[in-house]
Amino acid sequence: MATMKIAKFFVNVAIAFLLPAALAAQQADQTPAAKPNPHMEAHIGKLVGHSEAGAALYYRYCWGCHGARGDGNGENAPYVTPTPRNFVAAIFKCRSTVTGFLPTDEDLYNSLYRGFITSNMPSWKALTAQNRADLVAFIKTFSARWVTEKPAEPIKVPEEPKVTLESIKHGKELSTKLECWKCHGPEGRGDGPSASTLTDSNDQPIRPYNFYTGYRFKCGATNHDLYKIFMTGVDGTPMPSFADVVKPEEAWDLVHYLRTLQIWHNSPELALWEGSPEGAAIVKDERTRNRDTGSGINP
Amino acid sequence: MHLLLFSKRFAGVTGRLGSVLVFSVVVLGLCLLDCHPAQGIPAFARKYGLPCSACHESWPMLNWFGQQFKDNGYQLGNDRDAPIFQQPAYWPATFRITPFWERNSTNKQQVDTATVPGGAEAKVTVNGFNWSGLDFHTGGTLAKNFSFYCLPSSDEFASFHFESVWARLDNIGGSPWFNIKLGKFELDNLLSEKRILTLTNIAGVYENYHFQPFSSKGVPENYIFGIGDNQVGLEYMGHSADDRTRISAALLTASDSPLGAQPDVPYASAYNAYFAASQGFQVGSLGVQRVGGFAYIGQAPTYYQYTLDGVGVPGTGAGNKGFQRYGILGIWYIKNFDITTIYFRGHDSAYLGTNTASGGPTNPTGALPTGAQAPTWNGGLFESHYVVSPQFILINRYELVRMSQQAFGAAAAVPNPGNLGNADVLTFGMRYNPFMNSRAGMAYHAEYAIIWQKGASPVTNTNLTTGNLLLGIDFDF
Repeated sequence: MATMKIAKFFVNVAIAFLLPAALAAQQADQTPAAKPNPHMEAHIGKLVGHSEAGAALYYRYCWGCHGARGDGNGENAPYVTPTPRNFVAAIFKCRSTVTGFLPTDEDLYNSLYRGFITSNMPSWKALTAQNRADLVAFIKTFSARWVTEKPAEPIKVPEEPKVTLESIKHGKELSTKLECWKCHGPEGRGDGPSASTLTDSNDQPIRPYNFYTGYRFKCGATNHDLYKIFMTGVDGTPMPSFADVVKPEEAWDLVHYLRTLQIWHNSPELALWEGSPEGAAIVKDERTRNRDTGSGINP
Repeated sequence: MHLLLFSKRFAGVTGRLGSVLVFSVVVLGLCLLDCHPAQGIPAFARKYGLPCSACHESWPMLNWFGQQFKDNGYQLGNDRDAPIFQQPAYWPATFRITPFWERNSTNKQQVDTATVPGGAEAKVTVNGFNWSGLDFHTGGTLAKNFSFYCLPSSDEFASFHFESVWARLDNIGGSPWFNIKLGKFELDNLLSEKRILTLTNIAGVYENYHFQPFSSKGVPENYIFGIGDNQVGLEYMGHSADDRTRISAALLTASDSPLGAQPDVPYASAYNAYFAASQGFQVGSLGVQRVGGFAYIGQAPTYYQYTLDGVGVPGTGAGNKGFQRYGILGIWYIKNFDITTIYFRGHDSAYLGTNTASGGPTNPTGALPTGAQAPTWNGGLFESHYVVSPQFILINRYELVRMSQQAFGAAAAVPNPGNLGNADVLTFGMRYNPFMNSRAGMAYHAEYAIIWQKGASPVTNTNLTTGNLLLGIDFDF
């Protein structure tokens, strides 16, 4: 009798554990809708990413915003500004390739590592390099563009010339000539006359970059990154490529000037600019009128 | 943070009815299962729009991304962390509670001799429905690089205490290597007890984190300490940008129960210290592995300097004597399977081990009893998880504690048996999240845990075995 009782108890315990487990496993096997490219690879240096491995990572980390179908319509998408990237359209902001072309695998990998400031997209540097490579491969399964098109060669970024006062002043003139102020504002605060009218490729309102509040950009933090932003544009946003308008050395002048707008971030450009009478007056005036409140908005 | 404080009262259902209830709970659970895709503190998930699975291997256990988020002061670092970027109505609050059914069996529980012919211990098995205490988490950022946490926590009768209260200065000078936390907080335990995946009164805590040897048969040590308990003090913590390297050091006020009495009241002008360091590294496609170590160097009073009406005056503990806890840890990932291994070493002063005052009116010379020696012990933990999917995790844990030196040795009038207090704890469990989103969390939880401890029965001081089966719905919002 006692043996029977013990046996019944363990049978019940087994049922208690195994039935939910079986059902859960069955549900866990549910796969999302078929994708244009079921198997993709990503090549970043010696790393090879596989979409099969990336799928599990995607459905742990990414689907809430980017959606199970990669179309940027995850359940949180309505509450996220700017809207999550649509991998089906395969239009990417941060590229080393010319505007209109697909990015390289390394571009996507770097985006995952870096994250996107002033958005909900965090840095995924806590994942392993292999994880990120696998995710890049999986992202490429959502759009047929990755089969029908090839990424262009990355643009060549010439060596950065030495920062000079002349370079900064020339960059300032170029900024006026190219009408950067129309969107970014005369002081680079993202408050130009066109700012309130801008929309992205999803017809969602978008704000121009505010140089005043940060030193990092969506597509990197270095002068090299800023140069690439000029020359490749930020696809899917109103920020065009200036590759056909400015020469490489002029682009560097613009980089040097724009750094001086980041008055809370120490840089060689800002130091040089502050050393000139014109720059000192401008920077002093900016700092006097706008103090860091510590609220987190200012750097 | 989840404290399961269990009632001693159970519904009086036994035997066949109990078995039927087990089955009924399972059927009920199956009926409730839904087919949404799976999720942590939903206050963070709601803020950032990330599913719980982004930060949790299975909530509340963190994955490496979640650990980085926590170490960074609950910030993603995308310049949208300050509350100024949230809707004014956003309130970083979450509650968590667990209704459950459980079956608890103890082979030797103290009872009146009148009810047990020939003895004062009896096997007692009870089962019934119950519920846990409530955790009310509030935490996040006050501003960029200023974070906080406040956790009022109750037992099942809504008697609250503050489980956690702290503020933290994050990334001081723009460096992740410099963070300062002040308040009551969980130690930087590499294996977090507050994020434990098991809920029974046996496996809801790590045995090694709370183990204290017997002074002698049937007599526990007077001082109480658990490395898994939240402590009060100041913590420095630093980490690399990718969180692979982590170091911390904390200066703490001795705050566990003073001589078994006043919880949460500093009981002596004594400071303790805790150190932890670990390094993560990637091994091919297996994942990020982590190795590390920790050390707690503490002291506790052995008597009260002053009494009032014969009762010790809180805060006047004196005659401090030392105790230490050390450990080395490895967290090993093989893709979806992970195993955590820890080696523990514990050491108490002979005064603490034998409950002997090192001075004062009862023992002015501070002499130790004959045969008194410092109790020391070794412990081990092996915990494994298999993550079937972000919604479903299988859990197994085995802990053991082995005394290497008893408080009363061979020279004592009544020496302790060499294995007195040795413990083994085995746990199996699973958690399944029927849905996973950024708004709320829920898990069907099934768990069985059993503990064997030498000489721990309350009357005869023979071997004690206690088992606990728990089936519940763990949820937070």
